[in-house]
Amino acid sequence: MDLATILQILDSTIRLATPLLLACLAGLYSERAGVVDIGLEGKMLAAAFVSAAVAALTGSVWIGLVAGIAGAVALALIHGLASITFRGNQLISGVAINFLAGGLTVLIAQNLFQQGGRTPSLTGGARFTPITLPFADALRDVPVIGQLYSVLLSGHSVLVYVALLSVPLTWWVLYRTRFGLRLRAVGENPAAVDTAGVPVTGLRYAAVIIAGVLTGLAGAYLATGLAAGFVKDMTAGRGFIALAALIFAKWRPVQALWATLLFGLLEAIANRYQSVELGGIVIPVQLMQALPYILTVIILAGFVGKAIPPRAGGEAYVKER
Amino acid sequence: MTLTQKFLGAAAAVALSAGMAVAEPGLVIDLGGKFDKSFNEAAYNGAQRWVQETGGTYREIEMQTEAQREQFVRRMAEAGANPIVVMGFQNASTLEQVAPDYPDTRFVLIDAVAELPNVRSVVFTEHEGSYLVGMLAAMASETGTVSFVGGMDIPLIRRFACGYAQGARAADPDVTIIQNMTGTTPAAWNDPVRGGEIARAQISQGSDVIFSAAGGTGIGVMQAAVDAGVYAIGVDSNQNYLHPGQILTSMVKRVDNAVYQAFSEGPELETGVVVMNLAAEGVGFALDEHNEALITEEMLAAVNAASEQIKAGELVVHDYMSDDSCPVN
Repeated sequence: MDLATILQILDSTIRLATPLLLACLAGLYSERAGVVDIGLEGKMLAAAFVSAAVAALTGSVWIGLVAGIAGAVALALIHGLASITFRGNQLISGVAINFLAGGLTVLIAQNLFQQGGRTPSLTGGARFTPITLPFADALRDVPVIGQLYSVLLSGHSVLVYVALLSVPLTWWVLYRTRFGLRLRAVGENPAAVDTAGVPVTGLRYAAVIIAGVLTGLAGAYLATGLAAGFVKDMTAGRGFIALAALIFAKWRPVQALWATLLFGLLEAIANRYQSVELGGIVIPVQLMQALPYILTVIILAGFVGKAIPPRAGGEAYVKER
Repeated sequence: MTLTQKFLGAAAAVALSAGMAVAEPGLVIDLGGKFDKSFNEAAYNGAQRWVQETGGTYREIEMQTEAQREQFVRRMAEAGANPIVVMGFQNASTLEQVAPDYPDTRFVLIDAVAELPNVRSVVFTEHEGSYLVGMLAAMASETGTVSFVGGMDIPLIRRFACGYAQGARAADPDVTIIQNMTGTTPAAWNDPVRGGEIARAQISQGSDVIFSAAGGTGIGVMQAAVDAGVYAIGVDSNQNYLHPGQILTSMVKRVDNAVYQAFSEGPELETGVVVMNLAAEGVGFALDEHNEALITEEMLAAVNAASEQIKAGELVVHDYMSDDSCPVN
């Protein structure tokens, strides 16, 4: 395996990890505030559809992106309404959102475009195109560092950089701002936050809306960055992998980056090397493709240490009993 | 007799005569959807052609999940549709369950064999069609590397891959062939993101012609190929129009003809196994205004020669499904 191959696999890793990372950070905000969110998948799917549909109709990917985020936030608000305001079961609300998105996207797509629940293929300005970072071409011939920069970091769509930058941003918000402190507190002990005179409901809504924005970015990246249009169920379980990555990362932003990159790497390797030969034994493609899931189980079962979720996660806050 | 009664009587007579006339044919569309621009869409087009030519009507139902297979075919049979065309290899087991319960209904299974007295099984020799597009791929390739993206990893898709590899090797003995499968579950038919990523990996390994037999996933594969400026090859339906000038050709499977024939023959169609091979024009490669500039005279002559040899039985393309192995890789 030469350097070029390694770079190509890592390049693919970054692309595949981006939607996972955005969804994982979305889950992080939501769950850190005490709202369990298994509706990441549904929100991503809705955003993928809305962004692709609006981009197809308007011809502008930016309008599509905004619409996709709006779509995901709308579902996030439904989740907030059900689980924060009406104190419903957060898991059930999340499942409902997944089903709602799965059905609605195909239904609306069929009505709008009559193409069997998909959007037309996006072309030109209706898609995110790769950005070449400054000096990428000039540095291409510099060994290792130049190649790392020009092949690995340069040449992704803008949402990849947004995702990567949102990791330090999330860290800063969570650990260095008053909002972040309150957000974390509301996920651990909402009663204490309430006693201090800070509205629990408002904080939780803020967290859920941020989660909506991030899943919106993830969905839009899938449909308008990686693919060129929406196809039914195109998230293909990525929302759930993001949840696994969140537990793996123990609800911390920097670790979330590494966890999602690991899952991206495994998928990239499975895509590139099917039927790997190791010392005369051929590892079948099925095993390679199952590896991310197997690894999740193994890691969660022992290697990650004890993953302790935010203490108030999954419980609606009741001011007075 | 009041006027109302007269109308009711007339309506009843019409309904009765309609019931006595030829039963409506039915079409059960498999997962992947009616407008997959590929396998199922070909069936839909065949049915539409029959509607336009005969003015008849037919019933149609589209499966959404695995669990609906038996239920939907049964519902179609209960509704009195005859013959019932059932799409997809995974419905062989469905028909084994359902068909014996409706001995007077004729079923047509596309893409697999179910040995039952009232079932016609239509199978295509995908390896022959894939062989031809494999030849075209190897001749069009400038890098000497061509690749294949399969959908779900099943013997049927391996048959495509194996035919393609044999054809490519026949046209260029030194060609490098990369083969990848998208996944091992039905989700692999609908994952354009992963399809595109696999295509990018193949392109970075030097491939400049990519053949995808992967349903909706193929949309992502083609998009990635077009973005990178290399050729893609479509499958099942003629997909040349999707990206004119960028799709080298399409391995067409005349599912539309199979459906059209079944509908035309009506409830009395003959059962048994029907093999739609190259000689019967059941498979082939697509040549139209979108790709004629890409196929040179020389390439066309070579492929046509091979095609004639296959039809005459002088050239036998190995069928992966006959022994679950491929002589070329």
